[in-house]
Amino acid sequence: MKFSEQWLREWVNPAVDTEQLAARLTMAGLEVDAMDPVAGKFSGVVVAQIIAVHPHPDAEKLQVCQVSDGKSEVQIVCGAANARAGIKIPLATLGAVLPGDFKIKKAKLRGVESFGMLCAEQELGLAESSDGLMELPADAPLGQDIRAYLNLDDTVIELGLTPNRADCLSLRGIAREAAVLSELAFEDKAISAVAATIDDVLPVVVSAAEDCPRYVGRVIRNVDVSAASPLWLQEKLRRCGLRSIDAVVDVTNFILLELGQPMHAFDLDKINGGINVRHAAAGEVVALLDGQNLELREGALLIADEKQPLALAGIMGGELSSVTDVTQHLFLEAAFFAPDKVAGRARSYGLHTDSSHRFERGVDFELPARAIERATALIIEICGGEAGAISFVDSELPAREPILLREKRIEKLLGMALSTSDVESILTGLGMSVSPTEGGWTVIAPSWRFDISIEVDLLEELARVYGYNRLPITPIRDTLTIRTAPESKRGLPLVRQQLVARGYQEAITYSFIDPDMHAALSEGEVGVELLNPISADMSIMRTSLLPGLLKTAMHNAKRQQSRIRLFESGLRFIKCADGMKQIPTVAALLTGRREPESWSENGELVDFFDLKADLESLLSVSPGAISFSAAKYTSLHPGQTADVYCNDKRIGRIGALHPSLQARWDFVNPVYLFEIDLQPILERSVPVFSELSRYPEVRRDLALIVDRQLAASEVLSAVRKSAGENLSDLKLFDIYQGKGIDPERKSLALGLTFRHSSRTLNEEEVGQSVDAVVQTLKEAFGASLRN
Amino acid sequence: MENLEGLAAEAAAKISAATDAQALDQVRVEYLGKKGHITALLKGLGGLSAEERPAAGAEINRVKEALSDQISQSKLRLDQAAVDARLEAEKIDVTLSGRGQHAGGLHPVTRTIERISEFFGSIGFEVVEGPEIEDDYHNFEALNIPAHHPARAMHDTFYVDDSTVLRTHTSPVQVRVMESSEPPMKLICPGRVYRCDSDLTHTPMFHQVEGLLISEDTSFADLKGMLESFLRSFFEKELSVRFRPSYFPFTEPSAEVDIQCVMCGGEGCRVCSHTGWIEILGCGMVHPSVFEASNIDAERFTGFAFGLGVERLAMLRYGVNDLRLFFENDLRFLAQFK
Repeated sequence: MKFSEQWLREWVNPAVDTEQLAARLTMAGLEVDAMDPVAGKFSGVVVAQIIAVHPHPDAEKLQVCQVSDGKSEVQIVCGAANARAGIKIPLATLGAVLPGDFKIKKAKLRGVESFGMLCAEQELGLAESSDGLMELPADAPLGQDIRAYLNLDDTVIELGLTPNRADCLSLRGIAREAAVLSELAFEDKAISAVAATIDDVLPVVVSAAEDCPRYVGRVIRNVDVSAASPLWLQEKLRRCGLRSIDAVVDVTNFILLELGQPMHAFDLDKINGGINVRHAAAGEVVALLDGQNLELREGALLIADEKQPLALAGIMGGELSSVTDVTQHLFLEAAFFAPDKVAGRARSYGLHTDSSHRFERGVDFELPARAIERATALIIEICGGEAGAISFVDSELPAREPILLREKRIEKLLGMALSTSDVESILTGLGMSVSPTEGGWTVIAPSWRFDISIEVDLLEELARVYGYNRLPITPIRDTLTIRTAPESKRGLPLVRQQLVARGYQEAITYSFIDPDMHAALSEGEVGVELLNPISADMSIMRTSLLPGLLKTAMHNAKRQQSRIRLFESGLRFIKCADGMKQIPTVAALLTGRREPESWSENGELVDFFDLKADLESLLSVSPGAISFSAAKYTSLHPGQTADVYCNDKRIGRIGALHPSLQARWDFVNPVYLFEIDLQPILERSVPVFSELSRYPEVRRDLALIVDRQLAASEVLSAVRKSAGENLSDLKLFDIYQGKGIDPERKSLALGLTFRHSSRTLNEEEVGQSVDAVVQTLKEAFGASLRN
Repeated sequence: MENLEGLAAEAAAKISAATDAQALDQVRVEYLGKKGHITALLKGLGGLSAEERPAAGAEINRVKEALSDQISQSKLRLDQAAVDARLEAEKIDVTLSGRGQHAGGLHPVTRTIERISEFFGSIGFEVVEGPEIEDDYHNFEALNIPAHHPARAMHDTFYVDDSTVLRTHTSPVQVRVMESSEPPMKLICPGRVYRCDSDLTHTPMFHQVEGLLISEDTSFADLKGMLESFLRSFFEKELSVRFRPSYFPFTEPSAEVDIQCVMCGGEGCRVCSHTGWIEILGCGMVHPSVFEASNIDAERFTGFAFGLGVERLAMLRYGVNDLRLFFENDLRFLAQFK
């Protein structure tokens, strides 16, 4: 809401400057977003009149004007096309200073002397651009300083109003606030009724009474719509951000700004029969003022006549019944539309107007008649005409229920008691009716406050007007709460720290991703699509964190970063038969050199096992049994990919990006990725102590030849099962393929460590265990000992 | 015996001249070995008379011990020299960088959330997380924002379908906690939130930490005290804090909180639009309708809620001047927050 400070001060005039006034409003919840002077900084400009105009002897586009300020005449060379004898214009006299510190001096233009400058609006900082000289009304007093004449020492204040404060979408509302905040009495403008001089009354039926509990109308005949709006009216509108259109529209806009009542004027001759405020049938079409033919859904609220829809009620007037330059007779409308009924309607048709903005939030339901009286008086004053009687159609208006305000509750919620006089003066100042009762007051909210219906609404008003910053501050009260933190859980921060310590940088990427990347990496999981994405490449919710990490890696690879170690944690979203799963996940990406380039490394690149070690470190505290087994995904390298299991439940995957995708996305080096459910890695085992053995350990190494395709994990698990209970450690310390070995086979070197808790093992026992292992491996895998 | 002193002098000279352990050992063998000159003299004692023998023996033994001492000392010296030489040869340039991984780092948003969580954790708040794709009820209805409420226009919601949205704030997590547990409660809900808006100062995804405290005697004064302490602790500055009336459907009274600009100290600069104040968070006393939606007795319990914009706090804390940097994940940016 933009308004002129001068206009506000016509209503209420607190003895503070503009800055203080703005601060007062802001600190009461009417936030001042901007303050701009109405005009640029200038001086020495007066009202003048062009007496005569002659062509310039040496320049086609210039004219030589004789200009009078009422006392003397001066010669001025002017290039404006609209410079003509008779018009009144602003004259910058010699010595005047225009915006931008532009000083007016005597000048010679193409040989002709000029003693000042005739001004356009733009040159005075009144408009962004202008076309020709500013033409002043014929009755502008010659010689008067233009700042005084146009009342330009004014500021436009713009409020960013919250949706609850519809009552401040008018000068009247803001003035009421300014008054209560300045402890001044608020005086509503006296509006006197315009007596009917004709008998015309247009019949009005309100079929949709719930949506439109009050409809007020009036006929005005024989108006001159060509009459110009007076300067004061145009200026008031301009300063509130509205353009002057014609006198009738200007008056209704003026009422909108001054009182907050949206009004509409119809061309009476274009109304067939009478008015009906009714719901639309599906498919009905209304031709709106903005030129569009809007097809309506059932239930839209219409102002219609006997034949057709005329306007979209409370939103926008219609083309068919609009006032034009040939209009002679008017029908004025001021209505109250119930906020809860009309809310969202405009938006559902992609519309948003000054009217709909106000009606959705609530317009004072006692205003329509006052608004019509004020508008009638102004129209007749400017355009002439004769008014008929006002017609009312009322049904059930909003009830104003008494609200109990308890003294104790004020103290409980605000942390301090307010004095009776503070409570009563604040609330009455805001227009409420307040009567004391046992332990408090009974309060009735005024017709313009739709945001006040329960006790806490009143508490907010008290706090707001009293001043939030005058209310007390309580230091943090130490209420000791002891929460037991289970040791079997660890938090995500610990997991993150672990990855950071291992050289990973955390990334945070958008949860919505590019459908192309989704298609390449989703592995058949179905994503959740957005109905209204911000752009096509952010339109599907990620089913995996890998697209985000890959995109981040690409972004950095393009900026000469070749060694990239990233991780991210967050939800992934998977559509499934019974709805949707939102799974907390952590994922990592690794590519480039194993170590940062330095004197001590040789440029070796990372491989699968670098990433696997990092993943294993996250899993190492897991109480579950973790295992890996070869797996295939279309987006990953078929020979370098594994699924990760915890107690036989699949919890994630690890692998190299498929070489074809690596090439498609321009990665120079192989890229390794893992993605794993967060839940299992937030579990950790609570240690249970076991006795340390005081007896020596015995180690035996075995070199076994097995099938090349055999997974090492199978061999190790068979060893563990067959080596007996004294096996305390098992290592696979070498793998060999090549010379001296069948090309289809490989050699595995195993180190078996045996130990007993309460005695020294003898040779024979250890030998038996090793024999059992060799025998088992021979039977299970055809393994043979390497010589 | 007259040549004993001569032998001693000769041996001493050879001991001093020996430059390594081997040469020194040769001297030892030559004089003190089984066939050495001093040993030979001792063997020759038998040829002396019984009267002469003790004195001569003592004299030879004195020389023998003296030489033996000289040899051990010389050996020690030579060993030390050898050790010194080896250590000298093993000298390295200790200013070279260490081997292996460099540490990575947390995203500044995470770092900021952890800092916020630490403050509230220390005064007993629990950290709770929840779904990001939410139903309309938890995101709006239960927070006193019915359909068509003008406040919905403040939210620019992403829709999945008519009744499912990307959460526009983390308050629905609080609703879920209120539905499933009994007050008193103190919790914060950090996480991603989404609004359909993208320009210089808005990204379609950002982070909030919303807090909720409910007890039987919480007042607006407690809210002011807690947030003022938080802001001063977060910025590690005794900065001025002011509370300005505002409107949120889920709180009443509602407030926006401004801090004295941390860039200019309140003098007025570009960051604070020359006002000296920076809007930093929204808060208020929990609205009775919100309590009622979750079956909490609004007469018995009172509470407050607040919402912090994490990126905004991070920008002010670390001087980041472009919001969009947070989601470009440029390593040169991220590496600044180690």
